Amino acid sequence: MSTIANTIFSPELAARFDKLVTIYPLRRSALVPMLLYAQDEIGYVSDEAIAEIAERIGIYELDVRNVLSYYSMLRTKPAGKYNVQVCTNISCMLRGGYEILDHCKAKLGIGHKEVTPDGVFSLEEVECIGACCWAPAMQINYDFHDDLTPDKVDVLFQMYKDGQGKDVK
Amino acid sequence: MPSLVSHPDEVKVLSRRFGMGATDIDKYVELDGYKAVQKAIAEGPEWIINTMKASGMRGRGGAGFPTGMKWSFVPKQSEKPKYVLVNGDESEPGTCKDHVIFLHDPHAVIEGTMIAGLAIGAKLGFIYLRGEYRYLLKIMEKAVADAYAKGYLGKNIFGTGVDFDVITQTGAGAYEVGEESALMESLEGKRGVPRIKPPFPAVVGLYGGPTVINNAETIAAVPHILLMGGEAFAKIGSERNGGTRLFGISGHVERPGVYELPMGYSLRKAIYDVAGGIKGGKKLKAVVPGGSSCPVLTADEIDVGLDFDQMGKAGTMLGSGGIVVLDETVSIVEFALRTIAFYQHESCGWCIPCREGTDWIKKTLTRVHAGGGSKKDVDNVQYLAENMLGRTFCPLGDAAAMPTLGFVKKFRKEFEEYIEGKRVGTPLLQIKPVGEVEMAGAH
Repeated sequence: MSTIANTIFSPELAARFDKLVTIYPLRRSALVPMLLYAQDEIGYVSDEAIAEIAERIGIYELDVRNVLSYYSMLRTKPAGKYNVQVCTNISCMLRGGYEILDHCKAKLGIGHKEVTPDGVFSLEEVECIGACCWAPAMQINYDFHDDLTPDKVDVLFQMYKDGQGKDVK
Repeated sequence: MPSLVSHPDEVKVLSRRFGMGATDIDKYVELDGYKAVQKAIAEGPEWIINTMKASGMRGRGGAGFPTGMKWSFVPKQSEKPKYVLVNGDESEPGTCKDHVIFLHDPHAVIEGTMIAGLAIGAKLGFIYLRGEYRYLLKIMEKAVADAYAKGYLGKNIFGTGVDFDVITQTGAGAYEVGEESALMESLEGKRGVPRIKPPFPAVVGLYGGPTVINNAETIAAVPHILLMGGEAFAKIGSERNGGTRLFGISGHVERPGVYELPMGYSLRKAIYDVAGGIKGGKKLKAVVPGGSSCPVLTADEIDVGLDFDQMGKAGTMLGSGGIVVLDETVSIVEFALRTIAFYQHESCGWCIPCREGTDWIKKTLTRVHAGGGSKKDVDNVQYLAENMLGRTFCPLGDAAAMPTLGFVKKFRKEFEEYIEGKRVGTPLLQIKPVGEVEMAGAH
């Protein structure tokens, strides 16, 4: 039973949010996780999600937007079902990160922060994802893929296309 | 899944349980888990802090501040609740050590958090992981739930009358949140903008209460230190640098990986023995020794011990222990540009020297890289970087300026020759003219 009438979230997520705002010394501490979990469910942080999260915490929508715009993982527009995030920071760059990025661009036919026409993939060049010793690396949604080669990338894309890819949430 | 590596020179203290299934709470207990915290409860706060002081443990986030001393700064009496905060917002390029800790030994982080709490008189600890580490957050969440189920967390832990709670928290993508006061802002549901200091977190921290904030690696080492004794841990390392640390060796080496080496271990041996030398038998050009914010060392400067003091003497820093190795094919102009592009992206804009400095250095180096630079550009880059140092609330400004200064000072000739048209290395970056530079997450 959600404390918000007509919640836009699934019953599971609404229940999770009901609890999340109560565990901290201040309700507002739940804000960053809530935005990320809302995005995981909807695909992006929509206006409706912002309004409901503001109401749940008891702050202005403006406060939510202020915080939302700071964090690079949060987005206000839909991405693809599988968001491909290629790291090109120093350790990955030295081991072929840009080659992997180029390969992804060619393979998917899209550039940075673009979505394929069928909505299956989106592509993003990202900063260090903490996989430096297993470079070059990328994340597809939350899953890490290490020691990449263009061939490995092809196999991964096919797996995700076929619905065989892992999808941690 | 990150592969585990091993080398005979390693001294496995923190990594002792890696690859042994210690994410399972019973296995963790079997491997001496949750013994240190029970000892800590029996012995009391003063003993914990003295043991940590004797261990010579210095903060593994990069600053190298003595952990025992940090804990002793927290006032004994406080009207406001005290907190322990574990910084797992690992974002320094070249650094992936906390990644393997969360993956292989999540309970060590929980146990370390509890012990830090006991030391300062806190009843609540937060373990903050960067947003990208979702699968690791799941591992941590399960470990916390298992610890509650066993009665190791919550009310009356181990039947001793002591209460302690742990909350796991996710970030959502921000390098700057790795700075302690910015992390507190983030945890309070705000933009991760740094706070003014003083007051320091030990006095006014999270929710205004006295707060100890430690790197995840520091915290994970605590149970081991308490069990083996502070002196025994100190003895493994070098003078005033106790114990071991996890070094992530990446870039152009044969066997990249996270290795646990004694403090003071030779950087040359770390590269040539432990990590197997330069990939493909090429020549070493330079090393960024402790994450991207550390000034570069040239190939002639690697006969130095890996501890905070020796690295400081060598004009660089031990930093986060992320050793990035560059072979002879790398263009320093390009590498410097990629480094500053990162800091420009991550600067929050709160302090003008950082916001403008990173942006102008990036613009200038972009021009140089594209072939339109003049000799004065190198002077300008150095001037900009020098004027960022020490002029910002948080160390992000310094973190951007220090490596930049290292590159232009030590490789000035290469910059000048590049400007004259003599290019070194194979182009890796895809930099477009200023104004339409394509960089990660421009938003």
